[in-house]
Parts: sequence; structure tokens; C-alpha cells
Amino acid sequence: MSTDEGSEHERPDPPEGGVPGGPGTDRSDAPTGGGPGGGGGGERLARWFSGRIGGFLVPAAAAFLAFLVGGVVVLATGHNPLGAYKAIFEGTGLNVASYFSEDSRQSAWGDLQQTLIVFTPLVLGAIAVAFAFRCGMFNIGGQGQYLVGLFAALYVGVNFDGLAAPLHILLASVAAVAAGAIWGGIAGFLKAAVGAHEVITTIMLNWIAVFGGQYLFELGGPLQGANPSVPRSETVVESAQLPEFPGSTGLQPLHIGVLVAVSALAVYYVILNRTTLGYGVRAVGFNPEAARYGGIPVGRNYFLALAISGAFAGLGGAMDVLGWKFTVATNDIQVSDVGFIGIAVALLGRNKAVGIFFAALLFAALRTGTSTRQLDAETFPPELAGNLSTMIQALIILFVGAELLIVYIWGARRRFRPAGPVRIQPGLKQ
Amino acid sequence: MADAPLLELKGITKRFPGVVANDDVNFELAPGEVHALLGENGAGKSTLMNILYGLYHPDEGEIRLHGKAARISSPREAIDLGIGMVHQHFMLIPVMTVAENIVLASEPKRGPFLNLDEAEERVADISKRFGLTVNPGARVESISVGQQQRVEILKALYRGAEILILDEPTAVLTPQEASELFEVIGSLKEQGKSIIFITHKLNEVLEIADRITVLRRGKTIDTVPRAGATEESLARLMVGREVLLRVDKPPASPGKALLQVEDVRVIDERGLEAVREVSLQVRAGEIVGIAGVDGNGQTELVDAVTGLRKPASGRIVVAGEDVTGDSCRECFDAGLGHIPEDRQLRGLILDFTLAENIVIHDFRDEPSSTFGWLHPRFMLSRAREWLKAFDVRGGGPDTLAAALSGGNQQKVVVAREIGREPRVLVAAQPTRGIDVGAIEFIHRRLVEERDEGKAILLVSFELDEVLSLSDRILVMYEGEIVGEYAPDVTPEELGIAMTGGGREKAA
Repeated sequence: MSTDEGSEHERPDPPEGGVPGGPGTDRSDAPTGGGPGGGGGGERLARWFSGRIGGFLVPAAAAFLAFLVGGVVVLATGHNPLGAYKAIFEGTGLNVASYFSEDSRQSAWGDLQQTLIVFTPLVLGAIAVAFAFRCGMFNIGGQGQYLVGLFAALYVGVNFDGLAAPLHILLASVAAVAAGAIWGGIAGFLKAAVGAHEVITTIMLNWIAVFGGQYLFELGGPLQGANPSVPRSETVVESAQLPEFPGSTGLQPLHIGVLVAVSALAVYYVILNRTTLGYGVRAVGFNPEAARYGGIPVGRNYFLALAISGAFAGLGGAMDVLGWKFTVATNDIQVSDVGFIGIAVALLGRNKAVGIFFAALLFAALRTGTSTRQLDAETFPPELAGNLSTMIQALIILFVGAELLIVYIWGARRRFRPAGPVRIQPGLKQ
Repeated sequence: MADAPLLELKGITKRFPGVVANDDVNFELAPGEVHALLGENGAGKSTLMNILYGLYHPDEGEIRLHGKAARISSPREAIDLGIGMVHQHFMLIPVMTVAENIVLASEPKRGPFLNLDEAEERVADISKRFGLTVNPGARVESISVGQQQRVEILKALYRGAEILILDEPTAVLTPQEASELFEVIGSLKEQGKSIIFITHKLNEVLEIADRITVLRRGKTIDTVPRAGATEESLARLMVGREVLLRVDKPPASPGKALLQVEDVRVIDERGLEAVREVSLQVRAGEIVGIAGVDGNGQTELVDAVTGLRKPASGRIVVAGEDVTGDSCRECFDAGLGHIPEDRQLRGLILDFTLAENIVIHDFRDEPSSTFGWLHPRFMLSRAREWLKAFDVRGGGPDTLAAALSGGNQQKVVVAREIGREPRVLVAAQPTRGIDVGAIEFIHRRLVEERDEGKAILLVSFELDEVLSLSDRILVMYEGEIVGEYAPDVTPEELGIAMTGGGREKAA
């Protein structure tokens, strides 16, 4: 929203038919009789949407609507939506506590482990988007940053055999973090130095990462594994593999990366809100002009924010390859979309630590619950379920985006009303 | 006024969440009357007029036009009822001509096409009838702000307005343009139009209004005839207490020069030379005011002095330290404080809390932070202390800056800049768009700072402010300092210099 500068005359104007529980209620501005000084209707609405209540309600409503529409589609295919959703839910393992028999609890725990394995990189990928966003940038490059992190961790994990396990894991993770940070940092540097838009550069860097990976692991590639007929890397040696999560079972047990992801959320929150670095990043994100006036180097913060974003995404790659993949084939690189789902997660989670946690859980559950392996084929055919999952994910994004649309329309409406941002005055360009 | 009122607003109440913007407001307008609506920012003037113009619906009360109850639910209906409004920010399309702007939405047609000739004819016609000269064929972007305002007024008249609402019409005008506007208002009145004039400037009210209605905190305080009203009596009605209108200050006793600007040239973003070889000095214990019409290089000069923009040549020295081309932070470290001209664009981060805003210059330094860790407790306690010292109302350290009214936002900026004890203070538009009470407070603080030996450079488009605060006045025109005056200069003389008339004299 454009902040109409100056506010030379009173602007006590909340939208008519005001949004219930809008910020006006708790921001007592009564002494001057006006509402928040700089708020046009759209801005107020935007504030409400990002406020505490709106911040929870709107994403929840978006998700609910998405499931509702998805249910209608299920109905149209001749299946019972409630049954389908129940089957999907059971496939996620989130119902683990509801079972009384040891057997079914074990089976649900197995499902939940799969959900949490997917959850881990989604959280880290979402932080990569969110951190840049708080600095006013849209990081589409989570995928590329995730991939280079994965490659770096893989390289270290495959080599250096004989290192002590904790050290080896640490080294591989640090390599991944560094690689991701460089990948993000390149885009940040380009923005700071020549003003290249981060959306363009990060998308291009994604492709460089994808094709770079193809080259590394393809037949005859420099990092191709021992089998000359398979375009696949070597396997991460045992000392670099992440330990299992206590109590994990099955062929693909949960690794401790999930703890790393949750800790990363805490780190994200602390950096942003408790450090001078986060202060600068947020200041630049909210208002680069004011930040510059306050002596905050705007370009350097662009660089730092994208580098740190990349570091988180790179760490996500490390968790995947050291935790359960252990190896990567060229077609894995092509089909991977963790970084992109991360954008959706950040969007739904509103770039807040807690929001990302729940949004990542939802997306991970959707993906696991509808996978062929997890879903009860009797109730709902998995091939349909896969489509349903994609559809619901897309609908959630659509509805979360619709909120922005509402705000935008409101803002546009304001423009045809008094005190709009029309200014014909020389010398004061934004 | 013996005539029956043309328009009556009776018992208008409008509530917004948490706030009563209009509380049982009464207002009436006689035919052919200029009625001023006076009040501080946030007093409810605009809300009331937006109700009249159909943008809001009152929760209670009624509007009576020609003695009949009227329901106005959109601007379109207001226009049909003969109510026109000229907003403070013009609603013109810069690339279209004057005539095209005026006839917009009710264009004369020739078949399916716009009949431009007829449009220009009609515009020339009403322009002549009301004595508002404009060039119908000129593009709006190429004419002055005062002319643009005329276009807005003509637009309302073209649509048949009998009642004209002018929302703070002089805020964007030079003194000359303002007096031309007053002439226009006079001639409209002679033609039988009724005018509602919204303002918070007392001298304007006394100059042109027949009657004055004062609003305070959403309530009608009083309606008084101009005869017998004085600036003091109106200010008291507006603020609810005695207000010191003239800044009471002892004569300056300047010391050594703390801010030196030598032959500074600044190129603006269009590549034009916005500041041309300006030199000036501000000594400890004096306030030097720069007067001028907006857009004559003041902004660029302030940007250069405060490190926001690198000068193309010249030298800037703050408290003995050469800061030419240094960053904002280096300038601040050298002892410079800067109240920026736009508190929402630069002065504050609206989504930050007040505590966060207060430390923006030194959040990296002890005691705001240690080794990169912020100390929220220090930030809160400093904010609490400064907000109290500067009488910031409407929120505490945890409040978002956006939630404060303009006057209180500005007090936060002033608190931060003065609180850091700078030796040189650059105050650009320190009281723009804020209410009388806050203006009085900020003016007093600036004089106090002066008396403590700070060097203050004041840049303002408000002549009254420059005249009442400054110990010396410089006039800036087209990027140059065209004259220096003592504070007893008349506004007229300054006004002439501000529009280029003083050039020869200064040379």
C-alpha cells in the first residue's frame, strides 16, 4: 500500500461499515478524535488482516474454504468427501494420540514420521522466503538455495570418511549453509549493487542450480556415483547421516532434522526481533527511505537478508540429504519442489514463526496423507488424491492471495475518494 | 443572517470503532455565505464534510437542504444536489487538458466522440462568468498549483455546484496565490454561491469568513460571526485553553558557527541543478529560517546537509567536522539532528513501535544494544522518558507509530532528534499538518534548544513559522539564496522574494 505521505489534514477515516474488531478499537486515539494517523481504508484493512486476530483467522478461513471447494470436487467425482478427508487425515499420522491399541498407534506414528520428514525442509524453505520478505523482498530462489545446500552437504557427506560423526554432520551442514548463503547472497549483491530485481535473479539462479546439479550427477558427471549406468551420486557415509529421532521406526525413520527445523524457527524469531541485524532488516523492509535516514545501509541489508534466507534454505537441503535421502539422482533434482512449496507455506504462515510452523505442518500433512503409500485405496483412489492435494494447496494460495486482492481493491477504491494519494507537487518524489 | 438557511446539518453523529468522530454536530449555511469550519487536525471537520458529500453515512442526525430533508449516499447524489467539493489533494489527471479535466464524466459529445471544441467553449464560458481565468487548452501538469486549484473549483461549478466545500485550500498555495483565491471566493459569493471553508489557520478565517463554526474533538463548540472574533478568541475555542500564538523568545546571542555550508551544488534525480552554489552559516544559539515556495531546492539542500544526498560540489561542516558526502550516520555522529520534512516517509517507520523508532539512529550502539543484541528494556525506558518529556499522547512505547495522530507522530520525531542532544538541528517543516497545540509545543522546544546554544536551521513553507521563529531569514528561489532578511520583514516582502521578485535586490 502506498503510504500517503504528509497526512496534512485529518484523516480519521476508517472504512465505512468498518471491519469488526479493527485496530481502531484497541488503539485509543480518542484525544484527537481521529483514527490512526496514516491509515487510509485499505491500509487499515491491511493492518487488520496482519493483526493478531486477522492473522490467524484469515489463513484458517482460506484453508477451510480450500477444503470445502476440494470437497465439492471430490463429490463431483462420485466419492464421499468426508470419507476421503478422513482417509487422508489418517494417512498423515496426526491422529496418533487417538488410538488406543498399540498396533494402530505404531502404524499412525509411522505415518506421522513421514509427515514430519516432509515438514522439515518446508519449514526451512519457508523461513528462507519469510526472512527476505521481512526485508521487503520476494525470494523465489528457495529452490535453488535448497539445491546447492543439498549438493554441498552431499559432497561433504560422501567424502571425508572417517571423521567423527558429530563433526562430519556439522561440517556438511556448515557447507550447505554456506552454499545456500552464497546462492542467496548473489541475488542480494546484485540487488544492492545494480538494483537487479531479486525475483528475476533468484529465478535464474534456480535454473543454474538445477542444471548445475544435472551436470554434476549425470552420466560421466564429475560427482556421479560408482555405478556408471545410473545418473546418481554416491551415498552419504554413515558418519555424516543424521541420527534418528528417538523412538523412530520403520524403513525410513524420522531424523533429528525436525528438531533443527523447529530450532530454526526460534532462531528466525530471535534474529528478527532481538538483534540489531533484525532491526535493520525489518526497518528496510517496512520503509527503506526511513531506514536510510536512520543511517541503516539499505543495500547491505538486502544482501544480508538474502544471504541469510539462502542459508536457511541450504540447511533444508542438508537436512534432507543427510537425514533420509543420502543420495541424489538427476531426476530427483528435476522433480523437487520443496523451495516452491516453501513460498506457499510462508504466505499461509504470514512470515511469522508460529504461522510457518502450522502452515508447514498442514502442507506436509496434505502431501503425506495423499501419497500412494499412505492412503487407503479402498476409500479414495490415491491417483485422485494426489491431484486433490495439489488442488487444495493451490486453492489455499488462491484464497490467501484473495485477501491481498481485497486489500488492493479497497485501496483502489480509496483512490477515487478524497485524500487519495494524488499529488501534484514538484520536488517531493518518492 | 436573516435568510433561511440553505443547508442545515442537525445533530450529526458518526462513530468509528473506538472513536466518535462527530458527536451531535450542528452546522448551517446561509445562501451566499462564506462559512469557515475551524478546528484542529482530528477535530472532525473532514468527517463532517465527507458526510455532507455522501462519502459517509451519519449514524444519527439529518441533513436538510432548502428546508427539506436530504439523503445523500454518494458523491454523485451530492453533485446532483448542487454540492461540490474541492479536496486538498487535487483529483486531476495531469496529462489531460484543463477543459478535458473539467468536463470529465459529463463530456459534451458529438456522436460517440468527445466534442472538444464545445468542451473548451463551455469551460471558457463559466471561467469568464466567475472570473476564474484558466487556459482551457493547457495541460494540467504544466500549470501551477494555484491554477490547478482553479480547475478543481471550475469542475465543481461546471457540475452545477451551489455549495462549494473547500478543504484546506491554502495548504498548497503561496501567499500570493492564497490572496488570489480569496478574491475568487469573494466573486463566487457575489454570484450567490455558498462556501464552506475548512481550515485550521486563524488568519484566513478572519480574512474571508462571514461566520465561523469551531469544532473540537468531534463536537460543535460555537458558531460566531467574524465581527468581534480575534485570533486569540478563536484559538481558545479551538484548543480549549489559552494558546500562545506568537513565539515568545528573548533575542538571540549567537556564538561561533556550528553549521557551515559553502558553495554547495546539488543535482536532483531528474539531473537538474536543484541547489546552485548555496552558502550559509548557522551559529550556536540562533535559528536561521529558510523561506521559499515548495520545490525551490530546499528539500535537496536539506538532503545534502543531512547526508541523504551527496552534493555535486561544495563543502559542509558540522561542528568543525567536514561531513561533505558522508552518510546519514556519519552526519549524526558529527552532532547533527534532523527533523525530516515528511514524518511518514522518512521520520518514522510506521510499523515499528515508538520504542523502536526512538532508537533508529543509535540502535547499534551501547546502551541500545551490545554485540548485536538489542536491549528492549533500555529502549522502553528511554521511550517512556522521552515520550513523557515531549507530551506524546495516544500511545506508549509499545504502540505502533502508525496508531498516533499526526501531531503526536511529529512530537515523537522531535523528541528523538532533540533528545539526542545534537549540536546542530535541521528542522524541515517541523510543524507541517499538525494542530495548534502541538505547533506551540514544538516551537517552544525549538526556541529552548536555541537558548541552550544549538544551531538550528529551519526550513518551512509556512511564512508565519519562519517569521516567528527565525533570528535571520534566508529566501530560497530556484535553487539559490536570493536574500537575507531580519525577522521584522513583512510577509508581503518575503512573498515577493519567494517568487523571484527579490532577485535584483539581493544581487
